[in-house]
Amino acid sequence: MFRSTFTLIAALACTPVLLAQDDLLDLLGEEEKTKEFTTASFKTSRVINGHSLENTAHGVLDFKINHRFGFLNGGLYEWFGLDQAWVRLGFEYGITDRLQIGIGRSSFQKYVDGFAKYKILRQCESGCGMPLTLSLVASSNVTTLRSSEVPWYSEGREDYFTHRMAYSFQMLIGRKFSDALTLQLMPGVVHRNLVRTVAEKNDVMNIGAAGRVKLTKRLALNAEYFYVLPGQTMAAEVPTDRMDDPNPGYKNSLSIGFDIETGGHVFQLHFTNSTAMNERGYITETTGDWLKGDIHFGFNVSRVFTVYRPKPKVVE
Amino acid sequence: MTKHLILAALFAAPLTLAAQERYATRTGHISFHSDTPMEKIEAHNHKSTSVLDASTGAVEFAVLMKGFEFDKALMQEHFNENYVESDKFPKAGFKGKFNGLTADDLKKAGTKEVTAEGEMSMHGVTKPVTIKGTFTMEPTGAVKASSTFTIKPEDYNITIPGMVRDNIAKEITIKVQMDYVKM
Repeated sequence: MFRSTFTLIAALACTPVLLAQDDLLDLLGEEEKTKEFTTASFKTSRVINGHSLENTAHGVLDFKINHRFGFLNGGLYEWFGLDQAWVRLGFEYGITDRLQIGIGRSSFQKYVDGFAKYKILRQCESGCGMPLTLSLVASSNVTTLRSSEVPWYSEGREDYFTHRMAYSFQMLIGRKFSDALTLQLMPGVVHRNLVRTVAEKNDVMNIGAAGRVKLTKRLALNAEYFYVLPGQTMAAEVPTDRMDDPNPGYKNSLSIGFDIETGGHVFQLHFTNSTAMNERGYITETTGDWLKGDIHFGFNVSRVFTVYRPKPKVVE
Repeated sequence: MTKHLILAALFAAPLTLAAQERYATRTGHISFHSDTPMEKIEAHNHKSTSVLDASTGAVEFAVLMKGFEFDKALMQEHFNENYVESDKFPKAGFKGKFNGLTADDLKKAGTKEVTAEGEMSMHGVTKPVTIKGTFTMEPTGAVKASSTFTIKPEDYNITIPGMVRDNIAKEITIKVQMDYVKM
């Protein structure tokens, strides 16, 4: 009798195990969480003119073709700006997943520019707790115009190469809040080796803000705004009614546009009051006034090529 | 007599338990391939999990969509963001039963063709499927299962825009290779 009771208990004890077998995969226990960084905060490495939180992936070459047409207020005579165009051609490459470099040449002011962008912090999807992405962008540019055409040269000034250079340092801090919404802040400084008058600052403090709203899987709405702190810059020619502006003759850069993604290309179509396509240009030399219709229609085309394939991460 | 029968039955219960032959893996290899004249696409995942209960033939597979690695970083991003929507539907899986597979089959060296019947789920859609596969039992006792089959993206509500329709095959070939270890 003792033995049969014992067996009964033993048998009953085993039954729950049998019942629990509904889900075989549960037998493997909890999966270890793999570290996963947030991807696709923006469709490409630029919001419009400014840098976005995204980098060109490791081993990927991104060929950028940027166009800005003339001002819309040119009217029918200028075909609403389409009679003029400024172009920037650029190449960007991802050296690692964190580090990206790029070069470009613009027809506007015959600027040649180069930059490096490094992701210090990466927003994390799972496996770690980082809530935001932080990148540093350092860029420099030089105008290759003839000295007689450089607007900030005065008669008889010695033409040093270093005088033609300017630098920009930006910090990008942002977060992809959801599939639909990404926001970023970009405090920065533009250093110009030579300025036209003593009243102007060599170091121009600025702060930008940008965001993206994803409308459909392949279409997003982007906007960016760069605020230049007052009293730092002044254009060569200032209309009398604009002498009291925070930075006489210059306006803050505001751009709004759409990202359209088609396989290997991203098309960015936008409206902006900035003509230049590098930091010195769009932050410190924007002359267009949105309210007066000084708006460029423009586009950026990004075409990526995988030139080097990093080895897949080791599977243990 | 009745008492003895009950006793015998009770003894039998733990015995069936002991006879449960479970095999599992966490490093299963699942890949998919799309071949068109325009573009060749393939992606590999070496971290799929599977558990097989040889005593009943029951089997389950699971794979994390974000674990698929592509040749091109942008393809991988588009796959997760636009096609399978990995944030919303992180896993794909199969739950079913092997027909005609017994625990003893897995103990004899050799190969055995099997059919699995069950439900495949991906991108929030679950569909009944029947998949053919092969078990290979090596003399060392290792149990390997492999299978090649095709699926249509539209069966799982994965829409492919007209612009890239010619770049992605109508039927995607899936290859599965599992090296099971006894649990």
